[in-house]
Amino acid sequence: MKHKNKKYLIIFLIFLLLVVFYYYLSTLNFEVLNPKGTIALQEKHLIYIAVGLSLFVVIPVYVLLISFAYKYRASNKNADYKPNWDKNGLLETIWWVIPSILIAILGYFTWTYSHTLDPFKPISSGDPSNNLKIEVISLDWRWLFIYPNQKIATINYFKMPVNTNVSFYITSDAPMNSFWIPQLAGQIYSMPGMNTELHLSSFQVGVYRGLSANLSGVGFSSMNFNADVVTTSEFNNWVSQIKSLNATNLTYQEFQKIAKPTVDSKILNFSKADPSIYAKLIDSYMSPVEKNNTNQSPIQNMVM
Amino acid sequence: MLYFASFFLGKLNRHAIPTDMVTLGAAVSIVLGLIFGAILITYFHKWKYLWKEWLTSVDHKKIGIMYIIVAVLMLIRGGVDALMLRGQQATSVGVHHGYLSSSTFAQVFSAHGTIMIFFAAMGLMFGIINLVLPLQIGSRDVAFPFMNLTSFWLFVAGMVLVNVSLGIGDFSAAGWLAYPPLSELRYSPTVGVDYWIWSLEIAGIGSLLSGVNFFTTILKTRAPGMSLTKMPMFAWSVLCTTSLIIFAFPILTVTLTLLYLDRTMGMHFFTAAAGGNMMMYVNLIWAWGHPEVYILILPAFGIFSEIVATFSHKRLFGYRTMVGALVSITVLSFTVWLHHFFTMGAGADVNGFFGIMTMVIAIPTGVKIFNWLFTMYKGRIKFSQSMLWFFGFVGLFTVGGVAGVILAMPPADFQLHNSLFLVAHFHTMIVGGVLFGYFAGLSYWFPKIFGYKLNEKLGRISFYLWFSGFLLAFVPLYILGLLGATRRIDHYSASLGWQPLFIIAGLGVLVIASGVFMMIIQHLVSFINRDKLKDKTGDPWNGKTLEWSVSSPAPFYNFASIPVVHSRDFYWDIKNIIKHEPKEITDVLMPKNSNHAPIIGFISILFGFSMVWHIWWLSLVSLLLIIIVIFNRFNDENPNYLLRAEEIIEIEQSHLRLKES
Repeated sequence: MKHKNKKYLIIFLIFLLLVVFYYYLSTLNFEVLNPKGTIALQEKHLIYIAVGLSLFVVIPVYVLLISFAYKYRASNKNADYKPNWDKNGLLETIWWVIPSILIAILGYFTWTYSHTLDPFKPISSGDPSNNLKIEVISLDWRWLFIYPNQKIATINYFKMPVNTNVSFYITSDAPMNSFWIPQLAGQIYSMPGMNTELHLSSFQVGVYRGLSANLSGVGFSSMNFNADVVTTSEFNNWVSQIKSLNATNLTYQEFQKIAKPTVDSKILNFSKADPSIYAKLIDSYMSPVEKNNTNQSPIQNMVM
Repeated sequence: MLYFASFFLGKLNRHAIPTDMVTLGAAVSIVLGLIFGAILITYFHKWKYLWKEWLTSVDHKKIGIMYIIVAVLMLIRGGVDALMLRGQQATSVGVHHGYLSSSTFAQVFSAHGTIMIFFAAMGLMFGIINLVLPLQIGSRDVAFPFMNLTSFWLFVAGMVLVNVSLGIGDFSAAGWLAYPPLSELRYSPTVGVDYWIWSLEIAGIGSLLSGVNFFTTILKTRAPGMSLTKMPMFAWSVLCTTSLIIFAFPILTVTLTLLYLDRTMGMHFFTAAAGGNMMMYVNLIWAWGHPEVYILILPAFGIFSEIVATFSHKRLFGYRTMVGALVSITVLSFTVWLHHFFTMGAGADVNGFFGIMTMVIAIPTGVKIFNWLFTMYKGRIKFSQSMLWFFGFVGLFTVGGVAGVILAMPPADFQLHNSLFLVAHFHTMIVGGVLFGYFAGLSYWFPKIFGYKLNEKLGRISFYLWFSGFLLAFVPLYILGLLGATRRIDHYSASLGWQPLFIIAGLGVLVIASGVFMMIIQHLVSFINRDKLKDKTGDPWNGKTLEWSVSSPAPFYNFASIPVVHSRDFYWDIKNIIKHEPKEITDVLMPKNSNHAPIIGFISILFGFSMVWHIWWLSLVSLLLIIIVIFNRFNDENPNYLLRAEEIIEIEQSHLRLKES
């Protein structure tokens, strides 16, 4: 009797732990599964489709594993024993064909979603003249956002209007990074000398966490930024507010200064930004002179 | 003066000794461990025995044991790394910054990945292949015994270089695959990446030689009558794995060489500037790297095929589809590498193609799982420790496979790539698949090599610790990935609320560590009780394949007379159906031990070290020495000796007496 009570106690304790764990999880923000952008929303759907279809294989495997292991245990002498039964054309065909059908269905989704959610593809809905363009440069170890049409720039945060298509043009003046705002859209690499793109739109006002998802050196963990989604009027006010600031003018020379290795999550604003910086930076990696000095490492005289 | 120092020592100077306490402590403890080992060997006067019987032995079984010893040591080293990583992540939150600096943390995770894949998993794999394969196909040794020992010593040389980096210089902080431009001189100016390059170059050449060796062994030295379709499934898996090695490892060697040229000669293969293309590196490294994971998993599939059939006391179900599935996986594994970087922006057509190819691999893998399940159907299943590893494998691998299918869809991958979800996925495959497979194989073949079985109860406890520890360590990582946590972070904001999950994951690593500890206890206890656990018959599990037809431990010549094979489960059939008359025992030509291989290994360490530190004169000298040693070996006119039939008969008779007692 006592032994039985102990067993119940253990089961109860495990149950209690699971309840506590569940409660703890419910306080967290599952960013990947809690999208606030149209792209991230479709990416979540795709994840659910994949899980759902996979269950058609997973459940049979678990059921067969447990039932066979139980029924044909060596101590069960009543069960059939056919040591030489080692092939069956029908069965073997079934498990070539059924998974193939599942994969064909998944393959269909993969192909169509790969095209609709291609990060380089601009979002077609809405008025294209309202689109906002932002140039993103990953530095060692900060994020620079340039608004070429508004001619302003920010570091470690950006603002964008809600329900508006935003086009990001992304490059790097540092090792490879990955530009990721989990609640708005999946990531894409930022690479020196290369241009990648990401087009997204958010349907809810809020501040979303952005980060670098690819290792880029010692300051990598602190390469976080905020994606601040605001209403259109708030956005316009913010732009004119930044423009009226007496902050530094971001020229290409100034850019080269801030591009030096720095671990600093502080935000910065530039009331004026040279819109040609992005193109100049990519070009600089094509020239054999400027970025070619491999013997001199910027890490050695780093500002921490 | 300075000129001479830089001529003789290259970049090496007193600053190479690490100053941070964690690294220094690790280096000092390794050195102390080595000194302690050396004192023990000297005290017991075992140097000569060690050199003659082990370090220079070309017996594939001894080489296998040495591989496994090194691999287990590296598994422990990599495990300590894992513990350090989780320790940092569990404590480095908000205002607290943990006990590791960013750069040390990066070195630790780079070392963890490198060591676990190249020196723990690959070591265990070559160890098991060495132990089992020649016995299973009825061969006296591998095709090239001397080359086999050389491969082992190159593997050791690579392993030594990784560990030397702890005490002299530093290790790569660019991740286990060292993507440029981060791994280029501009961003990684220290010797860390060069250590990474040269330890993998040298170990990689060893792996390639092993691949060639076992591929040839299977194709050329099978027992008469054993056609490919009568070959045991483990041998099939090794054939597939070695063909992957032969195709994949040269890519690794070339890629690393190009990176080294960038770093040393100022070339621009992968640099950010001046026409270099880092994306080419990422493609090349994964054109090796994806086949590499199949190189690791295929032998585990082969092991499970042997174990499930043996412990269900049935023939393996669906032999032909099993072979078909293995070969399709082998071919397909070269068509999916791009799924490691969907996020590099290749475009929808390319991403879509590689996504679908990746999913297609799930089909043959699923076929194998169903065939194993139906091998159990209408069997008599014994729940031995090997079988428990199999159950754990199916449970974890299926879930890991689902995670893999999700990651294979490019748009879903955009949200999960580089996250801890990805980390959890590949650990599910490599721990739950590869390691569980190897552990199953080790407990299964242990009596064949050492002559006694392993304690069952402790083996089971170890399995349960590993399994529950795995769940504790990696379920939180799946969750963290969905929360948006990336891999390789050494610090995060407290407001995210991730800390409890990282703490649970850290506890999981501790539980796994206790599983490893239990394995060590199991080996000690089994060794003490070895008389009670003795395998007198040579066939403790009622096996089907040829290795069980010889005595345990297997004699050094493997087979007194080479059997003539008539059927697939030949040894089972001998016991049950067919009458088998062994051939007459004759004199055998056996390979002699070789001093050359360990010498090549030792000089390779010098070569690698000098390349890391730019000590060019030493590079030249050591390269010349290696060539001289190889020529010296070629000129050895008597690499073999004659083993008399009488000697074999005597050993066989003593085995018979033991069997009857």
